[in-house]
Amino acid sequence: MSMNGSRDRQVCSKAIPERMSGNEAVSYAIKQVNPDVMPAFPITPSTEIPQMVSTFIANGEIDTAFIPVESEHSAMSAAIGAEAAGARTMTATSSAGLALMWEELLLAASNRLPIVLTLVNRTLSGPININCDHSDGMGARDTGWIQIYAENNQEAYDNYIQAFPIAEDPRVHLPVMICQDGFITSHAVENIELLETEHVRRFVGEYRPEEFLLNPGKPVSVGPYAISAYSMEAKRAQEAAMERAGEVILEVADRFHTMSGRGYGFFEEYRTEDAEYLMVIMGSAAGTAKEAVDELRNEGHKVGIIKIRVFRPFPEKEIAEAIHKSGCKAVAIMDRCESYNGNSGPLGSEIPAGLYRNKVMVDTVNYIYGLAGRDFTVDHVKDVFKELAQVAQGAKPAPHHKYIGLRE
Amino acid sequence: MRTDITYINERSPYTDLTEGLQLYAGGTSRLFKTGEWRTNTPVLDQDKCRQCLLCAPVCPDSSIPVQGGRRLDFDYDHCKGCGICAKVCPFGAITMKEGIEA
Repeated sequence: MSMNGSRDRQVCSKAIPERMSGNEAVSYAIKQVNPDVMPAFPITPSTEIPQMVSTFIANGEIDTAFIPVESEHSAMSAAIGAEAAGARTMTATSSAGLALMWEELLLAASNRLPIVLTLVNRTLSGPININCDHSDGMGARDTGWIQIYAENNQEAYDNYIQAFPIAEDPRVHLPVMICQDGFITSHAVENIELLETEHVRRFVGEYRPEEFLLNPGKPVSVGPYAISAYSMEAKRAQEAAMERAGEVILEVADRFHTMSGRGYGFFEEYRTEDAEYLMVIMGSAAGTAKEAVDELRNEGHKVGIIKIRVFRPFPEKEIAEAIHKSGCKAVAIMDRCESYNGNSGPLGSEIPAGLYRNKVMVDTVNYIYGLAGRDFTVDHVKDVFKELAQVAQGAKPAPHHKYIGLRE
Repeated sequence: MRTDITYINERSPYTDLTEGLQLYAGGTSRLFKTGEWRTNTPVLDQDKCRQCLLCAPVCPDSSIPVQGGRRLDFDYDHCKGCGICAKVCPFGAITMKEGIEA
């Protein structure tokens, strides 16, 4: 997998240096894409996105039709209607807003509608709390949406622009969720390199769906009732589209690399070569983990990071191969979400399953960190690597499902 | 992309189904014989019927065809036997019979 941010190709678009928060970066990407319809309902910490897009519309900068709806249930319902009618449609939400979309998320996917949703990750209640963890996105992990997670504002921006060509590819036709960490990424202002709008528009292209409702003379029925003799086949066909999405995600990333100079894969391998101990992590905390890895490498410790970018479809084979290739002795699997299954978080279940299926036998320890905005620091990462070494050397048994920074 | 859905049946492999089970045609519900769901059946007494046409617009399944200002017999392929027509008839010309047969 390629390293993020490296400018190693002939670049098509001029880089425009700016300073933006994650919400600003995604809103700016929306302005550049100029989608047809945005139904949305505000919820912290994603509220700024519909607010900023509304301002662009009011200023006449884009001609997106904004639908102010009475709930997120309505927002996703309107998005389904608009997309089925033939309009390029997107929305934004967080936490309970995504939970209220639950029923419609599944319909958007099963009706094969390439809607793009920008999710600003926030914990699900309860206890009620507005800060970051991944419980909202992880709760929707089996709804049939493609999910791509960002480490910072640059990746949120870059991932957003790639979402439309992935979703709208005839081999895929699935909705895409572009995720960034609430407040940590969404509200923190960082340096960013924007692309020229004409290049973004050319990259995304005109939306020309093959079939849509508002198409005189070519009637189509969307979402019909299916008896048992057809439902199972329909679900298998949907899963096949998710399987095909992997190759499309890589193709789109390759085109994006050519335009921007920034390369992306299913995940990023950071200093994993010859690593004895690896950490698999997703979202903004990967930045913290990289800092810790740099410091540990300077002290002679062989440690590295696998940062997951594409969570659905889940690249289990590629992750297992990357772990195998490193030859590491033990892996820390980091979950910013509890699964309440009595064993592990979501990544703590899926990665070991992938290792087992690919016959890669290595010790793993699942850590739960950063729930509801709890701090996750460089020292925490160092402690995890220290514990991994003790486990691998047999000095202590592998902890079962351990919380970081918990008062015990 | 457009598929003639009459070629799709209960033996079709999943790869032959349309995307999201979309139907590339209009009025396809006509092909779905919902009359099989009926447990009671309306029966029209032609002698009592005055052709007032109060019954036709209240039928939720469009199962009372009207031609040239006159109602025809029920479309039993789609009538679900709800009995609204029998309730609304001012002349007692429609009676509900137990069972699926008229």
